[in-house]
Amino acid sequence: MNAHQQPTGSAYFIAPETAKAESHTLSVLVANEPGVLARVIGLFSGRGYNIESLTVSETEHEAHLSRITIVTRGTPTVLEQIKAQLERIVPVHRVVDLSVRAKDLGQERPIEREVALVKVVGTGDRRAETLRLADAFHAKVVDATVEHFILEITGKSSKIDQFVAIMKPLGLIEVCRTGIAAMNRGPQGM
Amino acid sequence: MTDSSNQQPDSNRMTGAEIVLKALKDNGVEHIFGYPGGAVLPIYDEIFQQEDIQHILVRHEQGAGHAAEGYARSTGKVGVMLVTSGPGATNAVTPLQDALMDSVPLVCISGQVPTSLIGSDAFQECDTVGITRPCTKHNWLVKDVNELAGIIHEAFRIAQTGRPGPVVVDVPKDIQFATGTYTPKPETVANVSYQPKVQGDINAIQAAVELMASARRPILYTGGGVINSGPEASRLLRELVDLTDFPITSTLMGLGAYPASGKNWLGMLGMHGSYEANIAMHDCDVMICVGARFDDRITGRLNAFSPNSRKVHIDIDPSSINKNVHVDIPIVGDVAKVLSDMVRLWRALPSKPAKAQTEEWWQNIARWRARKSFSYKNSNDVIMPQYALQRLHELTKGHNTYITTEVGQHQMWAAQFLDFEEPNRWMTSGGLGTMGYGFPAAIGVQVAHPDALVIDVAGDASIQMCIQEMSCAIQHNLPVKIFILNNQYMGMVRQWQQLLHGNRLSNSYTEAMPDFVKLAEAYGAVGLYCDDPKELDGKIEEMIAVKRPVIFDCRVANLANCFPMIPSGKAHNEMLLPDEATDEAVANAIDAKGRQLV
Repeated sequence: MNAHQQPTGSAYFIAPETAKAESHTLSVLVANEPGVLARVIGLFSGRGYNIESLTVSETEHEAHLSRITIVTRGTPTVLEQIKAQLERIVPVHRVVDLSVRAKDLGQERPIEREVALVKVVGTGDRRAETLRLADAFHAKVVDATVEHFILEITGKSSKIDQFVAIMKPLGLIEVCRTGIAAMNRGPQGM
Repeated sequence: MTDSSNQQPDSNRMTGAEIVLKALKDNGVEHIFGYPGGAVLPIYDEIFQQEDIQHILVRHEQGAGHAAEGYARSTGKVGVMLVTSGPGATNAVTPLQDALMDSVPLVCISGQVPTSLIGSDAFQECDTVGITRPCTKHNWLVKDVNELAGIIHEAFRIAQTGRPGPVVVDVPKDIQFATGTYTPKPETVANVSYQPKVQGDINAIQAAVELMASARRPILYTGGGVINSGPEASRLLRELVDLTDFPITSTLMGLGAYPASGKNWLGMLGMHGSYEANIAMHDCDVMICVGARFDDRITGRLNAFSPNSRKVHIDIDPSSINKNVHVDIPIVGDVAKVLSDMVRLWRALPSKPAKAQTEEWWQNIARWRARKSFSYKNSNDVIMPQYALQRLHELTKGHNTYITTEVGQHQMWAAQFLDFEEPNRWMTSGGLGTMGYGFPAAIGVQVAHPDALVIDVAGDASIQMCIQEMSCAIQHNLPVKIFILNNQYMGMVRQWQQLLHGNRLSNSYTEAMPDFVKLAEAYGAVGLYCDDPKELDGKIEEMIAVKRPVIFDCRVANLANCFPMIPSGKAHNEMLLPDEATDEAVANAIDAKGRQLV
C-alpha cells in the first residue's frame, strides 16, 4: 500500500465551480397548510442554496393555494436542482422558473415588482426636497406629521434601491420592503 | 356501559388510538417495531387488546427503525415503527435519515404531548415534526382526530410510491383519546400535488435503445432502484442483459438484482468495487444507469468520471437527474415500467447489433477480470476476513439466506465475497453508513421470514452500537446469527488513518473488548469463538445448525485492509489494487506503538 504517496486530504472530492451564477425568480404554488413555508425554507438552508428575496401569500382561497416567489442565485445546474428539489416537496403543486420562462417567450425577464414603505424625518428645506423626489419617483405620502413622512413606493427592486439611497441624506430612518412579486408577460397563465 | 343511549350506532366512530390500529390493519400491516412511553400509551393499550398486529418490543428506538428497515427491504412492504414523544422521537432520527438516503419505505408513528401542551416545554416534548422534517419524505402533526385515518393512509401511499422513503405521523396524546370518525382507505387519490411519474417517456426510451444498439463499449450500471421497483424489475433487468449481452455492474444497494453467477456480471463498482467494473465504467462509450444516483462513492473524481461515454439515466426521482453527473438521455419513471418498454423496443429493433461490435470490449473485460482484484494472501495461522466470508458463503449456499451488515471493512468484504443471486437478500446501510444498522435490521428480516437463515455480518466495533437488541431477539425467539469479523479495530477508520493521517491511529483501536461468548450467554444466546482457519468450517456449521440467536466471535487478521480501493479524489482508472498494497507496505504503515497493541 503506497499510503504515503496518496496526497488525498479528504474523503470527498470537491470540484471547483466553473459555471457562472445567475439570479432567477421562481414561482412556487403550494398547498396552504401548516409548515409548508418551513419545508421550502428548510430546503434552501439544508442544501445550501441562496435566498435573495422571498414573498408568500394565499392566492387562491377556495383551492387553499399559496404562491411563493423566490429569487435565488446559482449556476444553471444548481438552479435546475433547486427546481427539482422543490418539486419533491409533497405539498408543492408546481414550480415555474419565471426567468427561464421569460427567455422561452423571447423576453428579457419576468415582471418583478416590489413595494416599500420609507419613513423620512426632517424639517425645512429637506422636507420640500423629500416631497419633490417622492413625486419624481411616483411615491405616495401615506402618513405625515410636521416632523415626518411615510412614503409608499412601488417598482423594480433597482428603483427602490435608488430611492432609498437618495432618501438617506434627507433623513431616512426606517425602510420596509415586501420582497418581489413576479409574473411572466403575455396572455398565458402560470 | 350498558346504557343503550351510549352505544354508537356508527361503526366508524372510535378513539384516535383505535383509528391508528385500524388504519394500520387496513394498510396490510402485520408487524410493528416499537417502544412504549407516556405519550403513546393509548395506542399501546389498543395493541394489547387485539391479535392481528404483532408488536416487536425493541430495546432502543434506533433498533425499532432499523428493524423496520430490514423488514421493509427483505419483503418490499412498508416497515412500521412506533415510538413515544421526545427521546423516543429523537432516537428515531438516525433510522429515518438512513431510510431516506437508501429509499426505504418506513412509516413512523410517534406520540406527542397533548395538543394544549405543545410549545410549553412539557415533559418529553420535542418538536418532532420540526426535527424530522429534513430526514423524512414528508411528515404530519395530527391536530384533528377526524383527519387521523386519512393522514395515515396518505402516509402509507407516500412512503411506498415514487421514490420510497420514511414518513412520520406525530399524534398528540389527546388525539389518541378523542373520539372521531374513521375514514376508509380512499380508492382514488385526492392529493394532487404528489403524483409521482412512473411511466417513462417513450421517445426517450426509444432514443436510449438506439444509443445502446450503437454501442461498442456498453455497460449497465444498476442500483437500489431496481430492488425497490420490485421483483419484476429484476426479472426484466436479467432479460435485458440476456438480450443485449451487455456487461453489468451494480452499486452496493443494488446487489442481487442481477445474479452474481451470471456471465455478464462484473461485480460491484465504486470505491471498493472490482477493477473490471470500475475500469469498464471509465472506458465505456454508452452507460445505462438504472435506478442508481451517481453517489460520490461510485463516481470517484467527478471530472474524470467516465469521460468518453454517453449516459442514459433511469430514475423515478427527477431531482436525481443531472444532480452530480450530466446525462444525455434522462428517463424519469419506475424501473420496471421503463425496462419493460426498453425490452420491448429492443426486441423491435429492425436490426440487432452484431456480436463483433462488442467483441473487443469483452476481450478487454476478460483482461481486467484476470487481474483478480479481490484476491488476498491466505494464511494457515490466522483467519483472513475474506476467507471467513468465502467459507460463510460456501456453507450457507443450500440455505434460505438473508444477509445484513453493519458498516466498515466487513461490509465491503461482504459485498465483495458474498455472491447474491436474488434481490431483497442483502440489507446494508449504504447512503448514511450507519454503524449499528445490521443487527436490528436482521431482527426485522427474521420477523418477516421466521424460517430463514438471517446473518448479520458485523465488525467488533459496529456490533456494540446496537447490541442491546439481543434481548429483543431472545424475547421474540428470533434465531439471528451475528458473524463478527473481529479484528479489534474500527478497521475502516484505521485504514483511512493509514492512508491519510500518517498512520496515527487515533481512537480506532477497540480497547476493553467484551468477551462476546460470555456476552451472548449473558443474554441467553449462544456464543461461538474461532481463531483457527482449520476449525472455521465446523464452527460456521455449528452456528447454522443452532436454532437460537448466536454471536460468532470470528477472530481475523487484525491488520488486513480492504482492497481494491479508489482513493478519494481519484478516478476509476487510478485504483489501488491488492497486489500493489503489499504486506510490507501495510506493516511499515504501523509504527512500534501500534504493534504493541496488536
